[in-house]
Amino acid sequence: MTATIEMEPGDKGRSARVAPAAPADPAATADDATGAAARGEFAVRLAGVTKTFRDGGAPVLDGIDLDVAPGEFVCLLGASGCGKSTLLNIAADLDKPTQGTVEVPAGRAALMFQESALFPWLTAGQNIDLALRLRGLSGRRERRAEAERLLKLVRLQDAYDKRPHQLSGGMRQRVALARSLAQDSSVLLMDEPFAALDAITRDVLHDELVRLWEATGLAVLFVTHNVREAVRLGQRVVLLSSRPGRVARQWRVDIPHPRRIEDKDVAELAVEITEHLREEISRHGR
Amino acid sequence: MAVETTTTGEEGRTGQAGESSQSSQSSQSSQSSHASQAGRQTRDSLATVEAGLDALETTAEHEGSTLLRVLRAGYPPVLALGLILAVWQALYAAKIWPDWKLPGPHQVFTSLKDAFDNGDVWPAVGHSIGHGAVGFAASVVLGTVLGLLVGRFKPVRAGIGPILSGLQSLPSVAWVPPALMFFGPTPAMLYTVVLLGAVPSIAVGVVSGLDQVPALYLRVGRNIGARGLASVRYVLLPAALPGYLAGLRQGWAFAWRSLLAAEIIVQSADLGHSLGFLLKNAQDTNDMAGAFAAIILILTVGVGVNQLLFVPIERRVLRSRGLA
Repeated sequence: MTATIEMEPGDKGRSARVAPAAPADPAATADDATGAAARGEFAVRLAGVTKTFRDGGAPVLDGIDLDVAPGEFVCLLGASGCGKSTLLNIAADLDKPTQGTVEVPAGRAALMFQESALFPWLTAGQNIDLALRLRGLSGRRERRAEAERLLKLVRLQDAYDKRPHQLSGGMRQRVALARSLAQDSSVLLMDEPFAALDAITRDVLHDELVRLWEATGLAVLFVTHNVREAVRLGQRVVLLSSRPGRVARQWRVDIPHPRRIEDKDVAELAVEITEHLREEISRHGR
Repeated sequence: MAVETTTTGEEGRTGQAGESSQSSQSSQSSQSSHASQAGRQTRDSLATVEAGLDALETTAEHEGSTLLRVLRAGYPPVLALGLILAVWQALYAAKIWPDWKLPGPHQVFTSLKDAFDNGDVWPAVGHSIGHGAVGFAASVVLGTVLGLLVGRFKPVRAGIGPILSGLQSLPSVAWVPPALMFFGPTPAMLYTVVLLGAVPSIAVGVVSGLDQVPALYLRVGRNIGARGLASVRYVLLPAALPGYLAGLRQGWAFAWRSLLAAEIIVQSADLGHSLGFLLKNAQDTNDMAGAFAAIILILTVGVGVNQLLFVPIERRVLRSRGLA
């Protein structure tokens, strides 16, 4: 029952100083998170990613180096304005970095949002079907079977013909999750996917996500501003500084699953990370 | 490189975490669930909790019978109509104006009945609806293409957008004289006026339908692999459908108005007996009851097409999306 705290390479002390940009060797950030990382494999690699929205404006992201190993669950944590969503959009190829490179060996990473963003003109099953079709599955019967399998995976086997508005918020997010899985990417990017849900539903979906992650071996990059959520879910928590967004610090979370948000270990690490987060935010008030 | 620190030794910090005694209790109880044999049980209970949440958070939709719905939606307009008739009858009975200025409801009804008996009505309705349908269909094709061009291409929007909104504010009856001079009293003249009235309205509907498509849908579409034409086909067009339907409905209203304006102003053997002709004929014979009867017919067709064609389609689309 130990929470292992991993510091930035070269950061031996426990001072909360902000790491100046991230380490030179990107592979080092993911070091020994998993064996795959040690072998230099990655599911997502961001190298020196800088994003500026206006010419000559202050960068939103500044030299982000971040690797997510295959099958790794990484939570990206930061206050508002740290460019978390921008980072995710860049990783999802919906936005281009001003500088730096993004590598996703799997091709396209699946992306989930705070809103389920299911298409309201399609049923739950058809939403998944569309993702399957765009992925290149041509057989109608084959797609139907696959969509039903995915719905069953998120325990919504009876929802194929339901319209999104007939489902609750939590159920919609599970359909959205199934749609993401339909993309058959080995990388799942999540942008505060549970932020709009009530606490009970969120807690259940946390369990659900961990269950699916363990079952599928997906690499997950999960953006949140909720420290407890990050500690409850992630194998690694990466704290971004705000304006500009830089990797400030990261922690490895060795608490075994199933975790609960009320667990002592989760709470303790969350308190520690929160202190750093607050320090990070306070810099802007001085 | 990695500094390992066990946090279990720092009990004091847990207290500082500001957790209520309730949650520290639950953290103790949850520690027992960390035992590996409890894992399976946790999974099962997750499924149960999830099923319970799903059941609690979805309510069965109640669809009343269609008859009841129609009755419920129908009685306020019927009531209002009755009220209007009552006021009309009262004004008529008060004899403020002579009969040839304000006929009573029964006179208009008789005039309407006579028109049906003479066989004047159905050919006139047929002609007008025929011209309206052809003109509207052409307007839909042109307006849709124009709307897509304006909605999708910035230079086109910058150039044509303002002209479209300007045309929308121009009363289409203004096109009757030039169209008449150009085509003579032919159906082509009618169609021109209808097109100029309805196309801008439909095009503007398409543009606003496209503009209202949430950017999130397009991003999700791109993420699941819909780019270029696939994005237009699978995301943009279906997402813009409600706005498009509203545009079509307005386009029909404009088409019908424009058509009647042209029919009232221009009569010829080529155009035949239309509803506009009935109205103009009533004016020429100073037949106020006949004029009212013609107006009632024009209204009935306009409203009827709207209620029987556009409203049901729109309701179906909106309902299926949870918007109505």
